[in-house]
Amino acid sequence: MRKGLSWFNVTSIALGFAFLYIPIVLLVIYSFNASRLVTVWAGFSTHWYWQLFQNEQLLDAAWVTLRVAFLTATVATVLGTMAAITLTRYGRFLGRTLFSGMVYAPLVMPEVITGLSLLLLFVAVGLDRGFWTITLAHITFTLCFVSVVVQSRLVTFDRSLEEAALDLGCTPFRTFFVITLPIILPAVVSGWMLAFTLSLDDLVIASFTTGPGATTLPMRIYSQVRLGVTPEINAACTILIAIVTVVVIIASVMTKRQEMERQKAERMAAAEA
Amino acid sequence: MAVKSGARSSGRWLVVTIPYLWLLALFLVPFLIVFKISLSQDAIAQPPYLPTFDLSEGWAAFKDAFGELSFENYGYVLSWDNEFIEAYGSSLWIAGISTILLLLVGYPIAYGMARAPKSIRPTLLMLVILPFWTSFLIRVYAWIGILSPEGLLNQLLIALGIISPDAPLQILATDTAVYIGIVYSYLPFMILPLYSALEKMDETLLEAAADLGCPPFAAFWKITWPLSLPGVFAGCLLCFIPAVGEFVIPDLLGGSDTLMIGKVLWTEFSVNRSWTVSSAVAVLLLMVLVIPIVFYQNLQAREVEGR
Amino acid sequence: MSTGVAEKTQKTVGGIRRTFAPWNDPQAVPLIRYQNVTKRFGEFTAVDNLSLDIYEREFFALLGPSGCGKTTLMRMLAGFEEPTEGQITLAGQDLVGTPPYKRQTNMMFQSYALFPHMSVWDNIAFGLRQDRMEKGAVAARVEEMLKLVKLEKFAKRKPHQLSGGQRQRVALARSLAKRPKVLLLDEPLGALDKKLREETQFELMDIQMELGMTFLIVTHDQEEAMTVADRIAVMNHGKLVQVAPPAVIYEQPNSRYVADFVGDVNILDAKVTALAPGLVTLEAEAAPGMKLTATQECEAKVGESVALALRPEKLRVELDPPADPNVNCLTGTIWDIGYLGDLSIYHVELPNGTRVKAAKPNLTRMVERPITWEDKVYVSFTPDAGVILTR
Repeated sequence: MRKGLSWFNVTSIALGFAFLYIPIVLLVIYSFNASRLVTVWAGFSTHWYWQLFQNEQLLDAAWVTLRVAFLTATVATVLGTMAAITLTRYGRFLGRTLFSGMVYAPLVMPEVITGLSLLLLFVAVGLDRGFWTITLAHITFTLCFVSVVVQSRLVTFDRSLEEAALDLGCTPFRTFFVITLPIILPAVVSGWMLAFTLSLDDLVIASFTTGPGATTLPMRIYSQVRLGVTPEINAACTILIAIVTVVVIIASVMTKRQEMERQKAERMAAAEA
Repeated sequence: MAVKSGARSSGRWLVVTIPYLWLLALFLVPFLIVFKISLSQDAIAQPPYLPTFDLSEGWAAFKDAFGELSFENYGYVLSWDNEFIEAYGSSLWIAGISTILLLLVGYPIAYGMARAPKSIRPTLLMLVILPFWTSFLIRVYAWIGILSPEGLLNQLLIALGIISPDAPLQILATDTAVYIGIVYSYLPFMILPLYSALEKMDETLLEAAADLGCPPFAAFWKITWPLSLPGVFAGCLLCFIPAVGEFVIPDLLGGSDTLMIGKVLWTEFSVNRSWTVSSAVAVLLLMVLVIPIVFYQNLQAREVEGR
Repeated sequence: MSTGVAEKTQKTVGGIRRTFAPWNDPQAVPLIRYQNVTKRFGEFTAVDNLSLDIYEREFFALLGPSGCGKTTLMRMLAGFEEPTEGQITLAGQDLVGTPPYKRQTNMMFQSYALFPHMSVWDNIAFGLRQDRMEKGAVAARVEEMLKLVKLEKFAKRKPHQLSGGQRQRVALARSLAKRPKVLLLDEPLGALDKKLREETQFELMDIQMELGMTFLIVTHDQEEAMTVADRIAVMNHGKLVQVAPPAVIYEQPNSRYVADFVGDVNILDAKVTALAPGLVTLEAEAAPGMKLTATQECEAKVGESVALALRPEKLRVELDPPADPNVNCLTGTIWDIGYLGDLSIYHVELPNGTRVKAAKPNLTRMVERPITWEDKVYVSFTPDAGVILTR
């Protein structure tokens, strides 16, 4: 009775995935539409992709976005990992409740509030708005996501591994880099990827905290979308989707291969014994 | 214990302090500033509000500045003459309906995934997460092409002869489009906590229920549903709270009469350029959401830090 | 349960136990019948064309290593698996196709499967409420069950607020509450420590006698099966190897597999040299030229290879040869001694290198053991001590 899916399960999964994927698939298909009217199919064409690569504003915006995202992901991963260690390893300390509140709240905080409050901070301290303010804002909200991802790995971590290293004379500092970090590395890497994507994706917070000269890709796309749907935007979206899909698939294939190799090694070791 | 002796080391101190200070400076302090500005008045100046606290002008001026703070903006926002209260109400309503829809759509999917053979579960999980990795904006944008009067949905319905070409469905620029947009964009956030709660559940509990005479449908309500409640709460809060302040979806998919507080705040800030009123709107929004946020935090802390 | 009741129960237990043997009565109608049951999971055959009868009020144990099909056999009775072929009947009713929630069997799960969101009271009441039993009757039955497993004080607690032993009792009470025709116990004591496990085994027996119910237990622990069961079925690779009361399984195993699986045993490869009614003469490979005798009937013919199975406690180890010439005797050297407190286990190496184990109870408080490492010793056993195994 427990194994196997009922027709109800299969139907709900199938409908759910259709709902999730059909809009994206349609978007991709219509990026190859020859017509300027997005909704009328007029034959296959890669015209809009060429158009896209001549759109310097869009390319500039993409470059800014990538730099912001890279910097954000890297700093947020370091800070988020520290926060995760603090929350899982340090037990009670003064101000812990406040700290854990500040780590979890941004996960659900409406973006308009975060964006507005950061803007007002930057104005109050007289910071010139632009590339750096966007990056600071992005680090702040993504570090919380990294922290949650890393924490979930740290709680399942076998503490005795660290204790063994300390017992064998390793300093706490070295123990972290030699033992803890290599083991939690997959979580840290996925935290980095999450922070990168969130930064790449953000429109609202960037719109609040940006200044002249720093326009990100979502902001550029958004201002064009408000003017109407164009196949060029479809093409831009398709490229983004393609990049993300390829990266995610490579990452999951690599994890799977690693897992399979580990299992194979275990089987061989068991056979030798 | 060896780990405790590390308590005195400076390394440990830094690990706590750096993210702590970062979050204090860039998360907590900004809220205090928002609160302060919500008590100020608009001014044609840089920055565009009064008073500004400036210690360089001496302590007396600083103290005077305090006297100028007032709750005037709150009076403005909370007055029935303006549409703010309506916007709060309508945001909560739209977010609430969307959350219920999300639960209705997400639960069967998460349930099916949790019952799928172990070997294909990681693939299913990846398929749920994958759209989340693609831009939020793109996903909302995709629906414009589908829902517009000459869009793909209307084309399909006309081709099937369900509706006449003269009277296409007007979905885009209505609340319905906002519901669709929110459900579509937030679906992974609903599915994931539900899935992790359902997947954790020990299947022998259902066997035990069946063994004690409980048929499958009743067993679902007596065992599966109550045990999945933490996931239901987490998923609902994870969707409801950001949905209340949602700005992009009502802006792109909703109509001119779709009133949501995130959009109002943005308009107040960027069109009317009133920083003080938008701050007051933000503070009130936070007060509306503080109970669900605290509730969510506790749930999350318990979930992640284990017991 | 007051001591008075306990004593009374104990007395009847002995009385019933001595005479209880419905499997020898051709008139008796079995409560549970497995008829030519086969269960396959894809390519794997978990239960292979198996037939088995279990009688009312019997405490029946399925014993075997993991993967032998014992759990599948039980789960088919509960209804969690359907047999691929064959028939299962309970009290004359064909069970195949009946879902678990309509069967009059209840199961105590290995993991206990207590509902974590319900109190002890609600867990026990769960099955009764499914039957739409009237409220007062539910309360009365739950109270009775709580009393039976001595958990009256814990009714309001949630499962995670109980110790392992207490959870085990709740699981037992819950599965007993509906008074099933058969109670199925899937490795019920596996999670308990040794001492608690032994106590609980006796309690299970008392409860079974008191309620007069049929219990079917699955276990891989042979001591547990021996202690609790009226009959044991030893299983291997989806088949029954031997079905018999514990003493028969132990003293008259029908195969090397059973002899080896249940308890400790020395197996000597031997050849039959002579046959007389009720007496077999053998020559063991480990002791060429020595004549060994076993008082039993034997299917093997003269010259055939058989195995002589000898339990360690049936062997005597002495420094001097035995006086009685009818006793079988081997010589060897003490290779190792294991001191267990109540017993000492002597490992004796025979001339060809085979090692046999002999158990000797430590009846006196000896400071020095008279037999020590590398002593030449005589290992002797009476002709009725060994069992000849042809399989």
